[in-house]
Amino acid sequence: MSRCSKSLLAAVLMAGTLNAQAFEGLGREATPDEVKAWDIDVRPDFKGLPKGRGTVDQGTTLWEEKCESCHGTFGESNEVFTPLVGGTTAEDIKTGHVLSLKTGSTPQRTTFMKVATISTLYDYIQRAMPWTSPKSLKPDEVYALLAYLLNLSNIVPADFELSDENIAEVQQRMPNRNGMTTDHGMWPGKGMGNGGIPDVKNTACMKNCKKAVEIASALPDYAADAHGNLADQNRLIGGVRGMQTGEAHAAAPAESAAPAGEALAKEKGCMACHGIAKGIVGPAYADVAAKYAGQADAEAQLVAKVKAGGKGVWGAVPMPPQGHVKDDEIQAIVRWILDGAKAQ
Amino acid sequence: MSHDDVRAGRIRRAPENFLTEAQIAEVGKGRREFLRKAFLTASAAVAAPAVAHAARGESAILELPPWSTSLGKPVAANPYGMPSKYESNLVRRESPGLTRVGGSSVAFAPLQGLFGIITPSGLHFERHHQGWQDVDPGKHRLMINGLVKKNMVFTMDDIMRLPSVSRIHFIECGANTGMEWGNVAVPTVQYSHGMLSCSEFTGVPLRELLEYCGADFKKGRYILAEGADGSSMTRTIPMELVESGEVLVAYGQNGEMLRPENGYPLRLVVPGVQGVSWVKWLRRIEVGDMPWATKDEAVHYIDLMPDGQHRQYTSTQEAKSVITSPSGGQVLLDKGFYNITGLAWSGRGKIKRVDVSTDGGINWRTARLETPVLSKALTRFNIDWNWDGKPCILQSRAMDETGYVQPGYGQLRAVRGKKSIYHNNAIQSWKVVENGEVSNVQVL
Repeated sequence: MSRCSKSLLAAVLMAGTLNAQAFEGLGREATPDEVKAWDIDVRPDFKGLPKGRGTVDQGTTLWEEKCESCHGTFGESNEVFTPLVGGTTAEDIKTGHVLSLKTGSTPQRTTFMKVATISTLYDYIQRAMPWTSPKSLKPDEVYALLAYLLNLSNIVPADFELSDENIAEVQQRMPNRNGMTTDHGMWPGKGMGNGGIPDVKNTACMKNCKKAVEIASALPDYAADAHGNLADQNRLIGGVRGMQTGEAHAAAPAESAAPAGEALAKEKGCMACHGIAKGIVGPAYADVAAKYAGQADAEAQLVAKVKAGGKGVWGAVPMPPQGHVKDDEIQAIVRWILDGAKAQ
Repeated sequence: MSHDDVRAGRIRRAPENFLTEAQIAEVGKGRREFLRKAFLTASAAVAAPAVAHAARGESAILELPPWSTSLGKPVAANPYGMPSKYESNLVRRESPGLTRVGGSSVAFAPLQGLFGIITPSGLHFERHHQGWQDVDPGKHRLMINGLVKKNMVFTMDDIMRLPSVSRIHFIECGANTGMEWGNVAVPTVQYSHGMLSCSEFTGVPLRELLEYCGADFKKGRYILAEGADGSSMTRTIPMELVESGEVLVAYGQNGEMLRPENGYPLRLVVPGVQGVSWVKWLRRIEVGDMPWATKDEAVHYIDLMPDGQHRQYTSTQEAKSVITSPSGGQVLLDKGFYNITGLAWSGRGKIKRVDVSTDGGINWRTARLETPVLSKALTRFNIDWNWDGKPCILQSRAMDETGYVQPGYGQLRAVRGKKSIYHNNAIQSWKVVENGEVSNVQVL
């Protein structure tokens, strides 16, 4: 009997490792260097945090060079991404709860109002920033940039140096460090949450469920028009048609491709900051064309500016270097701009 | 011009005083030519041919069209098939002004024109965090590390040799319907609910790969999934889901390889959980003993409650439904019979029932659920409806197999307030007015 249950136990143990044999020959062991190259995440307990240090001053210089074109000089810009800094107070640093989240006194919720864990910021800057060349920052640069942001949020003084040694202390000053709860029913595991109990309860009433229908909100006209001609967004046959909310397109749209320059400008993200006729963050292409009209070396000048980035010509917001666009693509875009940036 | 005169199709009836007494008298004398002109000037152009040929019949039948009287195109003229040019209105669309940068934005699936439960791969919604990449599958690697006996690396060749499964599941962005928490903001179901798609995914259960690597399932109660794109998107996922066998490392979608916009050549499939966890261009799985609080689980995809607290790691997509036809931005052509149709889904399992109301939620009828009804998949519902031409409000209400009933806006807001962004699963209302126009409204 005892021998029998032993072999049963052995069989159970075997079952757990069955696949180890079944998939023999597939995959290979990762080398330590390979794991190091990819295992870049930083957890709230700082597992994975690289050694390093950086000052607020160093961060200021780096920020102006690599970050301010999208986030604003003081992390306040709402032009390209939502603001990083703002909406937190000295009192929030004491309590660890950002009060304006409750009062709604800062309608635009900033990153520092929301983030509870400083590891999150280190991890994300390291893996995903700068926007057009992610993972190009060295650990010291990440520390410096984070120090600059922490100083902007009044969490650390202007002469502060952030490092792997003091980051845990800074965590204790994060304004919204106590602002997160996992007490809810929407985590599908047992490690946290309430085991899946919903917070809202409706019943499946079938008859006379309420006395009257109250319309709380209806679509404003501008919102319908802002989404183009809805007739062009629905099928031409069937039980319903699309509503006419804008100019109808020709029944058979012309099959002309957008000019190469325009298509490239769209694809490479240039149109996020530049409009054809209207400026957005940067100048309109029509204005650029007008400014450089008649200059013999206009093309070379502009190609150089797109590659290296520029500052001060069109206002306070600088343009970052466009390392993700190849030389011949930059040339095509510039030629299209100088040709009047004609939209189709 | 009104909507109905630029579209061929059913004839909209002329208003009763469409012709003057004198004109009617002229028609009575048999002056058909006059009648044709009258219809044209009254901008009822589409109606004219049918009326003009009323005696003989419709030109669509009487005059043979070119496709019946000429040679068509040969096979493989389109080596990878494309939809008819007459279907070009149904495409993915961005909502203007939603984001400033296309690389970190959303393109919505045109739910208003889709049938059944499968989303065509080319119309599957897109949400990227740092732009999409077309990754070379020969150079793509999947690493599994952390609390495992062996840190392992797999090529696509390795993964595609493993035993595969195919499952149909919905994927919904946690921010779907997020623009509507406070007020109605968008005109059509494409923009209100189009961060939703459903596909047949083919791949390997992650559990098998983790077992093969000797994962420590006792200590390692969380995994981190990481993408290979610029953002190297990361998300924490509970080990319970992996152990259930539902989480797939998938390369196939609707019979073909994943499209680049949907994570080619490898993505994670996490049924029932918001789309951000279905990491695209999947390059790494780490097994760990605590959640990671990555950017998209510490700054975004958190739910702001009225007391100022954020709910973190909210992942399950609760039961929800929406009528896709008739829906906002559409026009009913006439009184009479319509098939009300829509989609229902739940992150907690199968859809059990869908009820439909045409009076804004006072009375409800139970709709037909079309097969297949699958766990954590879209379910199509249909219900017959005769529109009497009077104003009405259409709603659908889903119930899942756990007994959870989709809430109304008033119920949801009573708990979560108006300032949340994610996980809005409130009952959608479409208002129909006398001229047949359908628009987006919110009913408490």
